Amino acid sequence: MAATPAIKPFDFPDMFKEAGAAAIVVFALAFAMVGFRTEPVPGGLGITLRFADVAMASVIAFAGRIALILLREGRPFPVLLTTLPFAVILGALLLADQALASENGSGFEPVLPFSSPVVNWMIVIVAAVFAGRAAWAVRHARSTVTAEEREATMDRIGARVQQVARYAGPLLIGFALVLPFLPIADRRLLDIAILVVTYIMLGWGLNIVVGLAGLLDLGYVAFYAVGAYSYALLAQYFDMGFWVCLPFAGIMAAFAGILLGFPVLGLRGDYLAIVTLGFGEMVRIILLNWYKFTKGPDGISGIPRPSFFGLPFTRYPAEGTVSFHGFFGLTYTPLDRIIFLYYLILALALATNVFTLRIRKLPVGRAWEALREDETACRALGINPRNTKLTAFSIGAMFAGFGGSFFATRQGFISPESFTFIESAVILAIVVLGGMGSQIGVVLAAILLIGMPEFFRELHQFRMLAFGAAMVLIMVWRPAGLLAHREPTLRLSATKRLAKAVP
Amino acid sequence: MTMLSITGVHAFYGHIEALRGVDVEVKHGEIVTLIGANGAGKSTLLMTICGNPRAAKGRIVFDGEDISAKPTHEIIRSGIAQAPEGRRIFPHMTVMENLLMGAITSEPRYLDEDLEKVFALFPILKERREQRGGTLSGGEQQMLAIARALMSRPRLLLLDEPSLGLAPMLVKQIFSVIKAINAEQNVTVFLVEQNAYHALRLAHRGYVMANGRILMSGTGKELLANEEIRSAYLEGARDTKGRRS
Repeated sequence: MAATPAIKPFDFPDMFKEAGAAAIVVFALAFAMVGFRTEPVPGGLGITLRFADVAMASVIAFAGRIALILLREGRPFPVLLTTLPFAVILGALLLADQALASENGSGFEPVLPFSSPVVNWMIVIVAAVFAGRAAWAVRHARSTVTAEEREATMDRIGARVQQVARYAGPLLIGFALVLPFLPIADRRLLDIAILVVTYIMLGWGLNIVVGLAGLLDLGYVAFYAVGAYSYALLAQYFDMGFWVCLPFAGIMAAFAGILLGFPVLGLRGDYLAIVTLGFGEMVRIILLNWYKFTKGPDGISGIPRPSFFGLPFTRYPAEGTVSFHGFFGLTYTPLDRIIFLYYLILALALATNVFTLRIRKLPVGRAWEALREDETACRALGINPRNTKLTAFSIGAMFAGFGGSFFATRQGFISPESFTFIESAVILAIVVLGGMGSQIGVVLAAILLIGMPEFFRELHQFRMLAFGAAMVLIMVWRPAGLLAHREPTLRLSATKRLAKAVP
Repeated sequence: MTMLSITGVHAFYGHIEALRGVDVEVKHGEIVTLIGANGAGKSTLLMTICGNPRAAKGRIVFDGEDISAKPTHEIIRSGIAQAPEGRRIFPHMTVMENLLMGAITSEPRYLDEDLEKVFALFPILKERREQRGGTLSGGEQQMLAIARALMSRPRLLLLDEPSLGLAPMLVKQIFSVIKAINAEQNVTVFLVEQNAYHALRLAHRGYVMANGRILMSGTGKELLANEEIRSAYLEGARDTKGRRS
């Protein structure tokens, strides 16, 4: 181990003062919010008092603050010595408690006063994180890694991942292609996979707008909604099928993008974000209130399912038609349709990806990226910023429209409920978390943000909490996103050809 | 024959009048330089030619066409290129991508030829063409900014302080390249500079600017020989109002 650095004189009263202040803040907040809980009792609402919880929270805040201060002051040893056993013992107790509870129906006396097991586990996790940081600090004696070095390291990791992605990409696609036929593929897994791929597609679509062109769009779900409703309404009023409506839905969404983009794309940064946020809400509220046309909050049901080149996925096809299993001589399973939907969204997502990869190499895609970097310089090069942004905006919207009509055909039922701001936030979070402009980053982030919560449904209450925590951590440690690394659009082999004639 | 004529141009930044009636003329095939102290309005004039800020009064005529009301991107497309103040290359894009951005308004069939030209002017850029713009040295970034501007096949090249912050050796190199661009590629150059000595030696004609007005004009040689200019801009002395030159 490295020699301990010279220890500065340490101000203990100050430490306790700071920790005490933190505890008081927690107490003040928790007293009202945690201390009193209203519960339905026969005949109305009753109040449960939970002062033990409040006291416990204050104590934990006090101890945690001291641990933080010690870490900050470069004294990781005491922190490591206390938090590690604490985390291990508490974790073991909780596990034992759970085991007992599942056997006997009741465990020990509650280990901690909190009624939610998740809160207990979070305390264990926080203690473990402290222990980990302390251990890290002990190992490095004092961290000499500056923020820039870390940034450079992370960029190198990002570059490495993208290099790997060139080989891993086809493997991943291969895996995605055979997934439905693997033994692990059941209905639940496929449903989750469809959901994840939908969000990957939306993430890739938004990546054009946010990642490439650098336009912060907080209302992306509006175009998703336009696509979904375009299909649903065309199907309902004109009896059109999915394959005919798909391009229409894309065009309608792109048109909506132009409609919104034309007046507002002169705005920069935050202003654009606010206007797009407003637009997203407007679309939802219009869908909600235009009852005659959209059936408002009742939504549209009975949206036709997609067919396989005209072959429906039904057990008993209507008179005079042939169903998918009949045509191919298969026995009917309801999974066929799910697998078909899976391949459909996979194809749409891959099309989005291929489009993005190709357009980056074309002048218009390069102009998007240049606009993100320096709008003034772009003007000086003769680029019309508004038109260029408009193309990015409407193309991004088009892919959302495709995604939306897929959503409508998969669900068979849509209502404005599905297109709330939180959807925009999730898609944006996928793009930001993955690293703006990084295609593989979007895949990772979508799996992380959509797949994980689906597998851990029981914890869904804490989803937004985990979201928030993840966003804060990303902003602190990696503001550009997990895998932010810009891959040049030209490689030496290509530039060689262009510059061959130079002596 | 006149290529660019600026007559009686006023321009504002908010309420501040940065240009107070400027007349400048640039003829075909010339190198014309505009010298003056910090804040005299030199960069503003260059920006006003490109329409940002717009000329509030007066006319800017390029090749017989009034461009003072056109949007920036159309002005650029009519044959003017600008290497803006502070270089403003795209830091995350490679040298090659930066150059391709410069060529975005010109026809693709000229691309190979133009690349060949700028690589001949700046061989270092050819070596660095895979490198990201932000990782270049200051001098290389300046070369890239000029090269990028040339990629649009301009007839008139506007340069804003290309010598700013460069080592003396590099300043010499940049100025000799500007001379080559003008002589060999038949590009008219309008050069804004604080480095009056180099600029006036290079230029056919020069203008001296202070407080948003043109004080003096003449051939490069005349201005270099002028006592007032020598004391105000060439010997680091103070001018009559006590401003640092």
